[in-house]
Amino acid sequence: MGNKMTVIVFSGDMDKAMAAFNLAIGGASMGLEVTMFFTFWGLNIIRKNSAPVAGKGWLQKMLNRLNRGGSQRLPLSRFHMLGLGKWALGQLMRQAKFPPVEELLSMAKGLGVKFVACTTSMGIMGLTKEDFLPDVDNFAGVATYLGDATQGQVNLFI
Amino acid sequence: MQADVTLDCVGLYCPMPIAHTLQKIKEMQPGQVLEVLADDEGIKSDMPAWCQATGNEFLGLEEEGGEYRVYVRKGQGSK
Repeated sequence: MGNKMTVIVFSGDMDKAMAAFNLAIGGASMGLEVTMFFTFWGLNIIRKNSAPVAGKGWLQKMLNRLNRGGSQRLPLSRFHMLGLGKWALGQLMRQAKFPPVEELLSMAKGLGVKFVACTTSMGIMGLTKEDFLPDVDNFAGVATYLGDATQGQVNLFI
Repeated sequence: MQADVTLDCVGLYCPMPIAHTLQKIKEMQPGQVLEVLADDEGIKSDMPAWCQATGNEFLGLEEEGGEYRVYVRKGQGSK
């Protein structure tokens, strides 16, 4: 009890994903049992980069065409500038030897961080398990999150 | 200070130094001393905090020309 940490990842922005993974990696390195609960736009972070356009019906198809998902397609929350800002930040990160999101993701995974995908958001957006990376441990809802969060000392929403 | 193992984290930013420290400490025996080289100033506060949370002993820190040598002794209960 009290040895857990949870992070709700609501945002699908690259910079916020970095912050979420940094915290998760830090928590896991400090011996905490960390769960990341990906919901809504945050699902984009754990979607496959190569999956075909998901969804049933034209509305879901349209959404998923505009919102393909995948760790390599995440925009910046500020100064994205049609990708120019993201490219520039990518250069700075490389110069600073800071790993890109997909490496942070696998590092978190390697440290035992659990990934949970929100089934409600998946249903609304028309996403199925096949649209997600094999790193996802569980497809679940708010009760699963709260079950972990009530035992957690650190619970964050990003 | 004499160390059994050295870990080079120069050029790496938080949280990489503590994440690498965890991996390295796992390979060591209790009582052994790890020396971590780093140049992210956050290490000054982060390593004592990490040691406290993980049951390892923070032995001290030397600073020279913007680089830090941090010493950690692996605790008896540390995994």
